[in-house]
Amino acid sequence: MIDIRSPRLTLLGVGLVALVLSAVPLPHVLDLLRPDFLLLIVVWFALMLPRAGGLSAAWTAGLALDAFHGVVLGENALAFVVVAFLVHRFHLRMRMYPLSQQGIVVFLLLLLYQFLLFWIDGVTGHPVNALVRWLPVLTGALLWPVLTGFLGRLLTRH
Amino acid sequence: MPALREPGARYAPPRVSTLGLRALVLIALSIGLMVADHRQQGLAMIRSGLSAAAWPLQMLVHSPVAAWDWLSAATRTRHELLAENELLRNAARENDLKLLRFEAIEQENERLRRLVSAAPRDAERVQAATVLRVDLDRLRHRVLIDRGARDGVSRGQPVIDANGIVGQTINVGPMAAEVILLSDPTHAVPVQVERNGLRTIAVGTGDSDRLTLPYLPRNADVQADDLLVSSGLGGVFPAGLPVGRIAEVKRDPSQPLAIVSARPAAALDRDREVLLLWSKARVALPEAEPPAPAAPAHEPRAKPRPAAPR
Repeated sequence: MIDIRSPRLTLLGVGLVALVLSAVPLPHVLDLLRPDFLLLIVVWFALMLPRAGGLSAAWTAGLALDAFHGVVLGENALAFVVVAFLVHRFHLRMRMYPLSQQGIVVFLLLLLYQFLLFWIDGVTGHPVNALVRWLPVLTGALLWPVLTGFLGRLLTRH
Repeated sequence: MPALREPGARYAPPRVSTLGLRALVLIALSIGLMVADHRQQGLAMIRSGLSAAAWPLQMLVHSPVAAWDWLSAATRTRHELLAENELLRNAARENDLKLLRFEAIEQENERLRRLVSAAPRDAERVQAATVLRVDLDRLRHRVLIDRGARDGVSRGQPVIDANGIVGQTINVGPMAAEVILLSDPTHAVPVQVERNGLRTIAVGTGDSDRLTLPYLPRNADVQADDLLVSSGLGGVFPAGLPVGRIAEVKRDPSQPLAIVSARPAAALDRDREVLLLWSKARVALPEAEPPAPAAPAHEPRAKPRPAAPR
């Protein structure tokens, strides 16, 4: 059962770890497969602790990612808010899904996220239409069951 | 199984009525930010502040690599160090010899330039910077270096290594700067074929071993292995720095343009140390040799050069 004293602080801590993971130097092939850790964290908090992982938290996380990676400010922030909004809207329903179905929903959410980035990149004049862009969608969805299990265990008070 | 209800009465569903509104407000805010950042570059202050905030985390990401470097340096044997020392000493001697000749040629060049009353060559100052091992974006070719506005770095400043041009700075924070590499698909550099002075533009491809020269007509005089140097047009890179060598020229009779690709001279994806270049053409430097802190960052580019040689 997810019940922690200070969910916001926890979100901050886990978010910072995800931010670091998003930039840890990896060999090129693994770099292409690197899932969007921070977004997965945001989705998880929006799903399990919607009062802590609100839209503003998602926006802040996206902005942090923008600043950290030096892309146009607001790009990830916008995409994060859209994804977090959808999760919030359907969090009660999504919680009841079996893990595999949740994975599919997360796959769709990540797809939407990448599409938004793709679109914004195009509008701001950095069109990158490589197929490898879509790989993290797959790895992120595959990571979801592991991540829910891990975070659930980590944040459960025994 | 995930809990339907969080324990106790604390659980209340988020008020759906304002959820959409909040989302809209935040989306509008994001779009505003993007427009301000992209169109007007008006967020320099905020960006620089955010970059300073990101700095400790970026150093944290870089620290294992730095620690490994330190460890491998600390555990080198005396024997290895002596061998390396010998090598470096030999290299320095050779360089000294070359430099002697180079100085004579430079003086001659200056004299000749004065004879034909051409503008003197730009004075240059360089500063070494370390490339931080931080993966910025897997789709774009950007790296982070550990010099920033604090060290006098400004936007659009050339970055080179021992073999040629690496790229230029695009975002400058107080402690770090982001460098866009030649191989980034959105980067282009005005070049000149050294053999015959033919001018064109080399564009990145997203592949760190390949540049393309898309604007050469089919009958242009280029051959494989021609050296490309920067032409100095565009005002970012000083003229004459190596950019790469032509790798392949394909002339398809049905196409009006030749398909030309080049290999970058610099080791774009393997560099650990790069040099930042200040040239007189961009920023008027004081005469003193120690790096003056923060030379005026946004001098107009086409500043008339002083006529007298340095």
